[in-house]
Amino acid sequence: MVEPGRFFSHRLKSALVNATVSALVASALFCLILGVRTVDSVQGLTLRPRPLLLAIAVGIVFSGRLALDLVWWNRTWRPAVAKPVWLKRLGSAVLQYGGIALIVAATLFPLIALTLESSVHLGLPLRYLFDLSIVVLTYVMLGSGLNIVVGLAGLLDLGYVAFYAVGAYGFALLATNFGWSFWMCLPIAGVLAAMWGCTVGLPVLRLRGDYLAIVTLAFAEIVRIVLLNWTQVTNGPNGVSGIPKPTFFGLPFSSTGDVTFSSLFGLKYDPLQGIVFLYYVIFALALLTNLVTLRLRRLPIGRAWEAMREDEIACRSLGINTTVTKLSAFATGAMFGGFAGAFFATRQGFISPESFTFIESATILAIVVLGGLGSQLGVALAAIAMIGGFEALRHTQGLKVIFGPDFDPALYRMLLFGLAMVMIMLWRPRGIVASRMPSILLKPQRGVPLLTKERSA
Amino acid sequence: MRPWQKDSVLKVEHLTMRFGGLTAVDDVSFEAGRGDITALIGPNGAGKTTVFNCITGFYKPTEGMIGLIHPDSRTFLLERLDDHDINSRARVARTFQNIRLFRGMTVLENLMVAQHETLNRASGFTLGALFGIGGYQAAEEEAIEFAREWLDRTGLTSRADAVAGELPYGEQRKLEIARAMCTRPLLLCLDEPAAGLNARESDALNKLLYSIRSRDGIAILLIEHDMSVVMRISDHVVVLDYGKKIADGTAEEVRNDPSVIGAYLGVPDKEVAKVEREVGL
Repeated sequence: MVEPGRFFSHRLKSALVNATVSALVASALFCLILGVRTVDSVQGLTLRPRPLLLAIAVGIVFSGRLALDLVWWNRTWRPAVAKPVWLKRLGSAVLQYGGIALIVAATLFPLIALTLESSVHLGLPLRYLFDLSIVVLTYVMLGSGLNIVVGLAGLLDLGYVAFYAVGAYGFALLATNFGWSFWMCLPIAGVLAAMWGCTVGLPVLRLRGDYLAIVTLAFAEIVRIVLLNWTQVTNGPNGVSGIPKPTFFGLPFSSTGDVTFSSLFGLKYDPLQGIVFLYYVIFALALLTNLVTLRLRRLPIGRAWEAMREDEIACRSLGINTTVTKLSAFATGAMFGGFAGAFFATRQGFISPESFTFIESATILAIVVLGGLGSQLGVALAAIAMIGGFEALRHTQGLKVIFGPDFDPALYRMLLFGLAMVMIMLWRPRGIVASRMPSILLKPQRGVPLLTKERSA
Repeated sequence: MRPWQKDSVLKVEHLTMRFGGLTAVDDVSFEAGRGDITALIGPNGAGKTTVFNCITGFYKPTEGMIGLIHPDSRTFLLERLDDHDINSRARVARTFQNIRLFRGMTVLENLMVAQHETLNRASGFTLGALFGIGGYQAAEEEAIEFAREWLDRTGLTSRADAVAGELPYGEQRKLEIARAMCTRPLLLCLDEPAAGLNARESDALNKLLYSIRSRDGIAILLIEHDMSVVMRISDHVVVLDYGKKIADGTAEEVRNDPSVIGAYLGVPDKEVAKVEREVGL
């Protein structure tokens, strides 16, 4: 039995040692980042030491670690282990009805926004809101497409943006050179991307895990560099411009022309009409992606994809041709990427290789991982949080009060993004939606999503 | 001619497998009779699993021939088939020494994946079923019925919708056998099915294997260390040591074979004989 006094002094000693070590590590890390600043002065570039800032940062680390050690990690009370019932109910309700709720909300959103604006005149930035939702939905679609490859089939693809680029350039070049319309080119863009998926997939898919990731990354870079340098066809870094907008059953959205959408329906021309139409187009595409995925999961091919993610060797021992199965997943994912690419091109009206850099692939993959591999609802939520959330950050005025009027939150996007990733990995290591719905049940039970505790990543 | 040579389902001839300079399997030949339980035994490192991997296509043998003979006397040369064709065309199913289930999927889903070939064809290679053409629904119901039959026989029906990775070890072993049986094989290869099972579970396993043999008439080839299992249920035992076949016969014959005793006790035959003489055997 250790007497309390000695016990506490022992704890204090070890806490002080830990805090000192943390402070030393922090000062080593911060001494160059915070401790000095390069100043452009008359003598040229000089260094100005900032000892106070360094001391503050190290002090925060020291006291923080000390507090964690003495108070938080040493606390006697524990939060209740069992989740309250209402939280569990809420969780399963979200899993069950979340998808439908999102679909309904997305369907009604433009209608409600438009009616609100015309009746109450709130002065909502409608154009901006629709533009943002279109971007979010594009990422929902891209995430859903990549989810087939990474989430269901378990093939880590770091070059998804290549298929996006193939779709976008496929449509843009066909439209500008041959005058083909968006609706004609949309399936072609999907087929082109799927073909590119097969072409890349055949040699690459014998690799697994990290190696596959590296090779797909390289292929995406190849695509981008070819687009950049093949000037005769792609117009190189200048990009392709003058890409036509989609029409409503042949009716263009414009203020001039013989028969336009607004003139036929007897409406006053409003540029918002075209944007709302684009919104519904990408919404339909994203919905299509998810419905097809939902259906595929219940078909043998979808089960084979998931089985392949779990254990490839066992799959082969059960007579499943894993090469064909992998290729089908790659091609399906690529096709949806191609659709999204064609939409991107038509929305922007201009594309250049700049839009298809690695950061795009990384963002899409982050959406899939953050949402929960294989979860369609999770992907949609993650896309909203990542794209919409960071856009919302740009408009956070509250932080300016603390950090001064020059503070631009958008500059800290990546920092916050990294922080969010670390948080998610700590608290929800398998993504926002970590449960998996079985594709088939022997005894169909209503409303009980199966929560899998164990799933090999 | 021994009974298993009259109507054999599997003929292994002069099988040799070398890994670089190491000869893991050296000129092994044996037959497995149709509807028999054939056990492949031997001390650790004797090359049993290598023989298994050659038969099921995970290794391509360096030399030799492995023939699988269907009841209509079509012969498939397994060393020439891709591993997935060995299951889907030649109809050989296997289980693994370290269980390889689809751990995140449910028990029923595991059994549905095993019927992939049939179901995929019924779904018109996905396209038909995606657009609602063809009789996929009926095929799926039939597959569920078949899966349920195997769930009943392995006693897993009540766990059908549980996640496979969360089953207890013994049930996972049984599920792996049920999954292999759902591919409707002619030859079932089991790599140490009794490893890690307690006496009662291993008894239930014996019954299951025996029912597969006598009710379904499916040949079983098994690697096993548990001699009580081997001796009780095998019709035919093949003994390997250092990659060579040292004995081949009924359980009774093998049990009394001095070279087998030698291999297991780790002494040369002559010495065994000498020891036996001294002891007065």
